[in-house]
Parts: sequence; C-alpha cells; structure tokens
Amino acid sequence: MTDLTKLKIAEARDALRKGDVTSAELTEACLSAIDKADALNAFVHKTPEIAREQAAAADARIKAGDAPALCGIPLGIKDLFCTKGVASQAASAILDGFKPEYESTVTSQLFDAGAVMLGKLNMDEFAMGSSNETSTYGNVINPWRRGNDDAALTPGGSSGGSASAVAADLCLGATGTDTGGSIRQPAAFTGITGIKPTYGRCSRWGIVAFASSLDQAGPMAKDVRDAAIMLQAMCGHDPKDSTSADLPVPDFEAMLTGDIKGKTIGIPREYHMDGMPAEIDALWAEGRKMLQDAGAKLVDISLPHTKYALPAYYVIAPAEASSNLARYDGVRYGHRAKLSHGDGITEMYEKTRAEGFGEEVKRRVMIGTYVLSAGFYDAYYNRARKVRTLIKKDFEDVFAQGVDAILTPATPSAAFGLGEMTEADPVQMYLNDVFTVTVNLAGLPGIAVPTGVDKQGLPLGLQLIGRPWEEGDLLNCAYALEQAAGFVAKPAKWW
Amino acid sequence: MSIDIETAARVAKLARIKVESEDLPALAQSFNDILGFIEQLNEVDVEGVEPMVSVTPMRLKRRTDGVTDGDMQDKVLANAPDAREGFFAVPKVVE
Repeated sequence: MTDLTKLKIAEARDALRKGDVTSAELTEACLSAIDKADALNAFVHKTPEIAREQAAAADARIKAGDAPALCGIPLGIKDLFCTKGVASQAASAILDGFKPEYESTVTSQLFDAGAVMLGKLNMDEFAMGSSNETSTYGNVINPWRRGNDDAALTPGGSSGGSASAVAADLCLGATGTDTGGSIRQPAAFTGITGIKPTYGRCSRWGIVAFASSLDQAGPMAKDVRDAAIMLQAMCGHDPKDSTSADLPVPDFEAMLTGDIKGKTIGIPREYHMDGMPAEIDALWAEGRKMLQDAGAKLVDISLPHTKYALPAYYVIAPAEASSNLARYDGVRYGHRAKLSHGDGITEMYEKTRAEGFGEEVKRRVMIGTYVLSAGFYDAYYNRARKVRTLIKKDFEDVFAQGVDAILTPATPSAAFGLGEMTEADPVQMYLNDVFTVTVNLAGLPGIAVPTGVDKQGLPLGLQLIGRPWEEGDLLNCAYALEQAAGFVAKPAKWW
Repeated sequence: MSIDIETAARVAKLARIKVESEDLPALAQSFNDILGFIEQLNEVDVEGVEPMVSVTPMRLKRRTDGVTDGDMQDKVLANAPDAREGFFAVPKVVE
C-alpha cells in the first residue's frame, strides 16, 4: 500500500482485520501527514503521544480478535469536544489553557470503540461562523484551489478544520458539530461527506454548548459508508444529556444497499433562490436525475416557511448562546483579564469577556441579550419560537404526504476566498446556511454529499434531508446518490 | 426598530462585555443590520401557534435525586485562573 492516509475507514478496517496493516503504521502515516500540513492550519493541538498509545492498544485488541469497526482508526477531533487532559478551547481565547478533567460522551464512545485521536481540529470560535475566520488559532485553509490560482479559500465553517483535514487526507475521519449547517456546509466546500443526525441522536454532554436546542455532533468522512460507520459509534442514549434519545441505534452500514426503488424524494420549490448560481441549479437538476434513474419517485413539494428559517435562527441561536456563554466569566476556567487598581467583580467580568471573546461571538451574545431583554422577549424570541414551530410543521406535512427524503443544494455557492466577506455585513455571511439551517430548526437528520465540481474545479455538494430517527434510510439514499455521482476528485497537493 | 448608541451601550452592559465608547456606533450599526434581517419574522402569521419548547416530542428523562459524584475539589479548581485554599478567588464583592 502506497499511502495509508488515503485509505477510507472501511478499507482500513478490513486491512487491519486481515493483518495487512497495523494501527501503529496508519497512525504514524497520519501524524507525518499532519506535520507536513501546517499550512492548512487544521490541526491546532497535536496529540501524537496519545495517538501512539491508543494505536498500540488498538493493535493488541485487533490481534485478540473481535475488535469494533473503528478500532485502530486515526481520527481528528473538533476543538469543541472536551477531551480529558487535552486543550479544548472551542477556538476561543477565553478558554486559553483550559484542559478538561473529563471526556465528552461522543469522544468516550469513539475511544471505547478503539479509535485513535490524532489531535484537536480548528473551527470557528464557539462554532459561530461559516468560513473558519473567527478562530483564535487563525484561519483554516481549504486544500482545494481554483484551478491554478493560489488564492487561499475557506474550507467553510464552523467545522472547517475537520473538513480540511479529511479532504487533505490528514486523518481518516473527523468529528464535527452542526448548529445551523456547520457539518454540511464545510463538507460541501471540501468535497467530503458529513451528516448531522436527528436532534438527540448524539449526546451533547462534554461538547462546548453554543445553542443547545440546535447543536448536534456528527461525523465528517471520505464517503457515505465511512460516515455510517462513524455515526454508529457516536450515537446512543446518554443519561448525562437529558435530551439524548433512548432509542436503539440501528446498524447504519448494513442499511447501505443502494436500493432506493420506490422511495419518494421531495424537491422543495422554495429552495430555488433568486440569484442562485446556474452551476448550483444544474447540480441540483443532475442530482434529481440521478435519484430518478436509481428508481426513486420525485415529487414537487412546498416548505412555505423556508424564507423565515434564517431570521428565526438568528434570534434563537444568539439567545441560547448568550445564556450558554454567560459561564465564561474568568472565575472557574480559562482567561481572566488583568485588573486595574480598584476594579471590582463587574469590571473583571466585563474586561475578561471583552478580551476573551472575538468580534462575532460578542456580536451574537449581545444580539441574544437584546432579544431576550425585557420588552423585546415576546416580539423577537417568542415570535421566532412560533415560526420555528411552523418550520417544523412544514416538514411534518410533507413527510405525512409520503415523502421519504428531500433533495436540496447544500450551499448557495462553492468555497469562497478567505477575506472576501470581511467587508460585507454579517447577514451576507449568514446566508451561507440558507439551505441547511431549516434542518436544525426542525431537528431533522441532514447529509451533504459531494456530487460535482464547478467550472473552476471546486467541489459542490447536495443535501438530503431525512425523517426524524431514520438516518439509516437517509444514509442509504445518500449512498445511492454517491454511487450515481461517482465523485472521486481530490485536491492537488500544494501544502 | 432602530438601535441607538445608548441602547447598544445598555446591551453591552447587560451582556457584561466592555465596549469602548468609540466602538459603539459600529456596534449599533451591526445590530441594526441583523435586526433589520430579523424583522422579516413580522410577516408571518403566528396567531394561535405555540412557541416551540422542544424539537423532539419526548418526555425528558428523570433521574434519581441522589449524590452520584463529588470529592473532587482539586479537579473542580484545576482550571481556575485564581484558586486559593480550596476556593475560587475573585476580587472583593462586598464592601
């Protein structure tokens, strides 16, 4: 085998079980690729010692037989996940130096399954962003470029480090989190696959909270099968998260038959946006044809409140963030501002938060504070929650009409250049999540699958949205789309 | 609804984030950009609609009201910027 880092999880699993390769070899190959890829700024806390220890343990377990699918597989972990004894900062200066004394449920489950942690991955600060430009560690660079143009492109956000690392073959898969599109948008921008499961599928315990009613963890992987394998290990009921679902987790990989004959796929007319690039429209049309050729029945559907999803999101998510981020006060962990003579506790809070939070985080915390403040709570927050009810009902109605899954574009464009949006008002950046945010508001599973490239050679993805708790069916639909699309392009290595 | 500089300062105070007075006009402007976008919600007829509390229709689990951990003062304080004699230390709160 020439380059072990190019293996998919399923291939590596089979090779490990056959004894063709060891986890130690796979891990060393990834560690070496990571060290050569500092230009991407994806891995921000490398953990080679932990990785080597876990790889040795995984090799022993594989030798003993009966090792789970992820045993010995090297992964990257988004910085939002608390990992015991390892820096977990949510890419924020306010958590400088924070090393949790505990392990998040999702990473515990991955490690129990034998996965190897290569390090922590860059992201937008507190997962607030769509371009990975709000991180205290600096921007992540997309391994993809526009033809021969060497302008640095965004990998998307907030899980930009995860997307960049998987696309550049620095790890076999990575964890992501998705509050408004933070798994699916970066997956689409980097030509990889990412799934946000149904709200409640993955425990949120130990994941730094942004907007608790929207946050969900999920895998970012090289293909649908790998996403299914990783998701399997990440899901499950956790008594430590009261919103985690006590439902059995099916064998997602076993459900990948590629047979979608007779399935009904909804095409929502509201996702035809004015000013949408022709290439996105064409990609969507091709996707429809692929599913139809695979035997699915396409129906036009209407999700009438789509237009109001982003504005509702930009009330609800900041409101929850302002409450969740109140804990960063310079008392229990992280950064505390240097105080002047005579400063009291209020000055300590105000200076600590001013120094520790970046501009976008401050903006959202303050917007959240405003919409929750006396006199505005009903006009903004309660109204947004009512609109959320209507958005969810839109989906319930089409599912009741027999729709199995919904096909939409994943993003309104291909990856844009870093810095291109800095002059725009914040709302322009928020529009990146226009196709993904409805899914979080309705608590549904959604997956982004790469299906083509634009004229500059950049990857483009489509999104499939499934019924609640039916990730297995959704993954199978995505698998059929993936097979039909046959997307195999990889970024040319320049780093 | 337009946010003036005074309102921006009040929101910053409520959020316990220090904002220098020269930065308040830009802050007020970005609030207005975002709130202008949010105003669209007023077009929606929400008469008789329940505000969403939980996205999944399930009853939250109850746990036994019992002590399940504890005795880890060192771990609780391990990340504190200032901890003394087993406590978090902060500037004087009471005069």
